[in-house]
Amino acid sequence: MSYAGSFIPHTEAEREEMLKAAGAGSLSDLFMDVPAKHRFPKLNLPEPLTEMEARGELESISAANESTNEVLSFLGAGAYSHYVPAGVDTILRRGEYYTAYTPYQPEISQGTLQAIFEYQSLIVALTGMDASNASHYDGATALAEAINMSRVIHRGERRKVILSPGLNPQYRATVHTYEQGFDTTLVGEDSDLNAAPDALIELIDEQTGIVCVAYPDFFGRIYDYSNLAAAAHAKGALLAISVNPTALGLLKTPGEMGADIVTGEGQPLGIPLSFGGPYLGILATKQDYVRSLAGRLVGETVDSKGQRGYVLTLSTREQHIKRERASSNICTNQGLMMLAATVYLSLLGKQGLKQVAESCYHKAHYAADAIGKLKGYKLKFPDIPFFHEFIMESPLAAAELNRRLLEHGIIGGYDLSLDYAALKNCSLLAVTEVTSKEEVDFLVETLAEVSRG
Amino acid sequence: MVEPLIYDLGAPGRRGVAFPEPDVPLADLPAAHLRSELPLPEVGELEALRHFTRLSQLNHSILTGFYPLGSCTMKYNPVINEDTARFAGFAHAHPLQPIEMVQGSLAIMYHLQEWLKEISSFAAVSLQPAAGAQGELAGVMMIRAYHADRGDSKRNKILIPDSAHGTNPATSSMSGYRVVEIKSDPRGNVDLEALKSECDETLAGLMLTNPNTLGLFEEHVEQVIAAVHGAGGLVYGDGANMNALLGICRPGDLGFDVLHINLHKTFTTPHGGGGPGSGPVCVAEHLVDFLPGPISGVVIEPTEGDAPVYGWVMPKKSIGRLKAFHGQFGMHVRAFTYILMQGAEGLRAVSEYAVLNANYLKEKLKGFYHLPYDRTCMHEMVLEGRWPDAPGVRALDIAKRLMDFGFHPPTNYFPLIVHDALMIEPTETEDKATLDAFVAAMLQIAEEAHSNPELLHGAPHTTKYGRMDEVRAARQLVLCCDFRS
Amino acid sequence: MKFPPDLRYSQNDEWIRVEGDAASVGLTDYAQDQLSDIVYVDYSATPGTKVSKGSGFATVESVKAAADVYMPVDGEIVEVNKALQQKPDTLNSDPFGEAWLAKIKVTDASQVAGLMDATAYEKFCQERHS
Repeated sequence: MSYAGSFIPHTEAEREEMLKAAGAGSLSDLFMDVPAKHRFPKLNLPEPLTEMEARGELESISAANESTNEVLSFLGAGAYSHYVPAGVDTILRRGEYYTAYTPYQPEISQGTLQAIFEYQSLIVALTGMDASNASHYDGATALAEAINMSRVIHRGERRKVILSPGLNPQYRATVHTYEQGFDTTLVGEDSDLNAAPDALIELIDEQTGIVCVAYPDFFGRIYDYSNLAAAAHAKGALLAISVNPTALGLLKTPGEMGADIVTGEGQPLGIPLSFGGPYLGILATKQDYVRSLAGRLVGETVDSKGQRGYVLTLSTREQHIKRERASSNICTNQGLMMLAATVYLSLLGKQGLKQVAESCYHKAHYAADAIGKLKGYKLKFPDIPFFHEFIMESPLAAAELNRRLLEHGIIGGYDLSLDYAALKNCSLLAVTEVTSKEEVDFLVETLAEVSRG
Repeated sequence: MVEPLIYDLGAPGRRGVAFPEPDVPLADLPAAHLRSELPLPEVGELEALRHFTRLSQLNHSILTGFYPLGSCTMKYNPVINEDTARFAGFAHAHPLQPIEMVQGSLAIMYHLQEWLKEISSFAAVSLQPAAGAQGELAGVMMIRAYHADRGDSKRNKILIPDSAHGTNPATSSMSGYRVVEIKSDPRGNVDLEALKSECDETLAGLMLTNPNTLGLFEEHVEQVIAAVHGAGGLVYGDGANMNALLGICRPGDLGFDVLHINLHKTFTTPHGGGGPGSGPVCVAEHLVDFLPGPISGVVIEPTEGDAPVYGWVMPKKSIGRLKAFHGQFGMHVRAFTYILMQGAEGLRAVSEYAVLNANYLKEKLKGFYHLPYDRTCMHEMVLEGRWPDAPGVRALDIAKRLMDFGFHPPTNYFPLIVHDALMIEPTETEDKATLDAFVAAMLQIAEEAHSNPELLHGAPHTTKYGRMDEVRAARQLVLCCDFRS
Repeated sequence: MKFPPDLRYSQNDEWIRVEGDAASVGLTDYAQDQLSDIVYVDYSATPGTKVSKGSGFATVESVKAAADVYMPVDGEIVEVNKALQQKPDTLNSDPFGEAWLAKIKVTDASQVAGLMDATAYEKFCQERHS
């Protein structure tokens, strides 16, 4: 064979012997069912490279990026830079994990199954819910799936869904996409950004299926949603809270506040930025709604020898059994990303996650304090507690500010005017444990300088 | 001894990885919002790594053995992919960085889109979908949007062959459609007459897997598509089985309107124990405006000698975004690396040898297992896992017994139209010796089914774990451990 | 496999036992055997609701399958068997007795006569089990 990238092991002699056994004279003979005029099209693709050449090519493409490993960054808005302990990738690169598939055969898949069971346990511990699924695609789709769950729980009734404007705009856009096939009324997104979440209470009525909020919200703000939960429940509606799991190292759990469903983006738990994916969708709920959860679930049992073991369970919820009556079409989970989060949470543990969360909190507050004192800059919500992100209002448009910051080697915050008309000149800055005091100081100095020019 | 749970390891006060104390003055924590306890494990680094290493050793995987799981394309995942996806420029790129800073990532996505267009013969591709199921959802939503855009509101049903994967009907329902099942004919094709009787003004589209889940190329594929088009419907292609078609036949040439591709099957991105997948969706000209986005596109054409500038493009009538950010980018890098190493000739060889391997197994096994559709197969084939003269032995028993020989069982009980189905997909990366060993095991099991069925009922015998009590798991639900004790 | 002679049967594998204008409805022995170990029962209809012939009023799940249970005749649901939700395995062990699914008031008694008797239903099951 002349092409370079072959992973095909056959020798010519083997090929001939196998063709003979298969009753074919040549490889082409195997494709007589394909309409002749469409058979064997010539594909216009680059000439194949060897591994050595391909590595070089990919290295140079990678080098064309100027990423956060090279440039100081204050971007967050749903994807965060955190330190990932070396142990995480050591486990992720084990072929026994990454080249296995969904654990359909439990006798020879206990590694993946037990890891999922441990992940489910860790997410329950973190969120204060009763059960977690084996993970979802990402934070946006997990939120869309919570709304699917509400439809199932309310048996198709209660078509109104309340979305807080403090949910990530991309998550809300995803919900809009998912709801196209249904007769759902989405309300609340245009409500006042200055109002506390209690303002959503007046939107809840007997037609409301679910209320969705974020914790911390998209602007980093921390609210206690206990009143909102009580108000939703009083009208028979559910409350879903979309979380940042790092913040839960420090903050009261959604379970304590009365959430019925917790969704979230698990990327901060040991998963690299990787230009937006693959990430990890968190989806957890209370005992009453376990049968309405989408996605894989792992349960404990025993094997024929009496040993404790794990299996995929409650699979009658899923598409391969329910087919057109399934509430979701999801088959897989984000297995490998789930494993990353499991190893990350195990390595950090009780002390480590709290330490990371506190470090993020302190550094973000240090930055916000300094920026709040800068001439021409102010914090948008100075009196509301926040976690590791905050809104900075600047004397010039965020796009222009960011352009000037970049000239000084700084990636500025997310330009909020792209999604919120009311937030002109506002950017969303994230500070995590990986950013040093000197780097924050450099940002503050640079902000002062670029606003003068 | 079973492996303890992570919560059963460690000791109070023990820690794995330490972090530096903050180098900034400490702020006041928001007392009213703090949690009272954080019940996470307290384990050492070595302890944790040993735990997850030992767990890994309980898994069967492609790197440890043959994995002929039909419809999943469990082929070798080149390890070079794992390196390239982790290159620092890719791994540390923030999805919201200005486009000028991430031209490398955008170029990867752009070229992958171009190559997938070329391989499948479509006009445009979106890499947004997070998995095959999301690619399907995108496809059906685009069909819906297309009809709505033309003011054609009567169309409310989707046709799905009875051999289809369960995601197809679930996807159609999620998109608000009524599902009508179409039976298969005796050769395993879509029954043309049954199809035609449903082709009316309420038809939105047909979801067709080709080759189908029996591993058979649809013999009347062009007539099937013409019938649907004739009634004003569109044809969605489930690209789960693209591993049979690379350089062999392009779905766009056959007249499909939309197709999703599983990068984790055909283009060697790893299955990861159940994800992440990646399900790019490809469309013909008339659906280009409806694609989910944003999509990587050329925003500034190159001047002489320069590279173009890539940026984000949102199709005009897009169904919207399917997830946050831009798709499973790490998987795009892996698939890009793979295609780069194959070229046109290499890709055609992939499908040729995948099909050769499947037909070789079929011929070696068909005298011993009933083959309900005896035709040249594509990349996989379906046998019956039962014999009239060995009552009591089921596909499940054969599957479990195969584990004693070190093989992962084939997909069983799917597709639904074959009794006790065993769906076998060897893939092109397995050598003849492995296939011969698998054949020997299958023949021995066929013999045992008749001479010693109890051996099969009790299988597996040599694995660390025996059969699991799934009824107990469902009746006495335990979905997390008691981490407070 | 049991086919009690005093019952009537539907093509969807439900049985009905008529006592005056009241009746009880359940799943047959054949159905429970096909489903294997039943792990869950859920009712989509509550007492007081009128359910027409052929409409679903409950879902029964085993480890591998989910089945809707349909009303064999028009009727109003008087009572559902809540005990089954705690002990779904009763559907396997005593499908014609303790594991009745609903008690109903029959709207149109003539529909009962249109259902299969035990002999016809047994034949119907044998034909499917090829």
